[in-house]
Amino acid sequence: MDIFFYISAGIAIISTIMAISGRNAIHSLLFLILSLLAISVVFYLLDAPFIAALEVIIYAGAIMVLFIFVTMMLNIGLEHKQEKQWLNPSMWIIPSILAAILLGDLILALRNMPTAVAGAQLIQPKQVGISLFSTYLLAVEIAAILLMAGVIGAYHLGSQKKKVLHRFLEKK
Amino acid sequence: MKFVFIILGVLLIPLSIAAGLIWVERRLLSVWQDRLGPNRVGPFGLFQVIADTIKLFFKEDWVPPFSDRPVFVMAPGILMITILLTFSVIPFGPGFLVFDSNIGILFFLGNSSLGVYSIVLGGWASNNKYSLIGAMRASAQMLTYEVFMGLSLMGVVMMADSFSFNSIVLAQKHGWFIFPQFVGFIVFFIAGLAETHRLPFDIPEAEGELGAGYHSEYSGMKFGMFFVGEYLGITLISAIMATLFFGGWLGPAFLPPVFWFLFKTMVLICVFILLRASLPRPRYDQLMEFGWKILLPLALLNLLITGAVLIFFK
Repeated sequence: MDIFFYISAGIAIISTIMAISGRNAIHSLLFLILSLLAISVVFYLLDAPFIAALEVIIYAGAIMVLFIFVTMMLNIGLEHKQEKQWLNPSMWIIPSILAAILLGDLILALRNMPTAVAGAQLIQPKQVGISLFSTYLLAVEIAAILLMAGVIGAYHLGSQKKKVLHRFLEKK
Repeated sequence: MKFVFIILGVLLIPLSIAAGLIWVERRLLSVWQDRLGPNRVGPFGLFQVIADTIKLFFKEDWVPPFSDRPVFVMAPGILMITILLTFSVIPFGPGFLVFDSNIGILFFLGNSSLGVYSIVLGGWASNNKYSLIGAMRASAQMLTYEVFMGLSLMGVVMMADSFSFNSIVLAQKHGWFIFPQFVGFIVFFIAGLAETHRLPFDIPEAEGELGAGYHSEYSGMKFGMFFVGEYLGITLISAIMATLFFGGWLGPAFLPPVFWFLFKTMVLICVFILLRASLPRPRYDQLMEFGWKILLPLALLNLLITGAVLIFFK
């Protein structure tokens, strides 16, 4: 099982790097989707099939479709020369050094931690639901209120309908 | 060895049904429109599918120079992969399934939401106005209908107490779920129609206004994959409806369970084709309004009432 974990983790890392460094917006988004799918495989291998499925349905399937939708609508998929100017090699130096320091930190910190055993126990969807609606009920309700705010906002924006009359019905 | 046969069966049965549907649909449409339909190639025109396939294989497979080549080539494959993968969790008979997953329904929903990419990317990579409009319509339509496609199935999940297709079939021993879950069935049926973008809801391709929409630049076998993918989608949605609402492979014992499963699937497919023959295409905004204002509240209400009834009787 370990080998599958390393393969999918490697795919996740490589595709995320490609998503950051790509110049074509849609190709970057596709790499991001691939990265999310790889992470979902990792979740599955860690015996959390419910979270793996939700990762695919919500992140890869719904949110990224919206990203692609907006990118298509604005038609910024094609490569831009400006993007090339922004991404010159000297841009990469400082962020890479900072990220490398953080990575070293993380490795040092993780070295002393006990390794979590994959496959210790399979977490069934039912258990996730029960713990969401008992232990984490407050968080669920706060998330619901947040979503409600979004719905009300969308309703407000959508309710102001532009009235278009057929030219025969227009009052002169 | 048995496992190899199961995998081959699960792969080949849907593929051959989908290919055969091309002929079935044309014949049935012509029956309903009082004409003959394809009847020249072989007995009753049965070899029409083979003739069509040979034609598709010998056509020039042209990738437009203005297209985004890697994405353009990849798009039809995504459709076939996502649909064929979903068949692996559907039980064709007792023990006749590839993978009895405890997240079966979620696997289906995830795959159907990934299937959207095929159409969206195909339309975008074609770099053509009409294809782009088709792709944008498809992404909005399929994203909308995915929401209550999932919600409408949750009633069934609550009643069967499981996400696994196999357990859901076994839970229907004492009665099909279509009777207690009729509202859920109707919502799922309409959402499935929109997900497969079949004819009342085929606004992403809308021949009359968009010239085949997202696949107008596709030719040869790439177009063939979109074409067969649509029929595979109908087969999949019908198979899932048969499994979740009509008792799957359960049936009188004088015929094998696989027969009952395929029979129910075929009847539902014929309903899909009848809808194509009889309903006009709605306008884009009508489709969205219908989804958000009627189907979503219906699905939520169904969820609420099912939950309340289940708690009351427990």
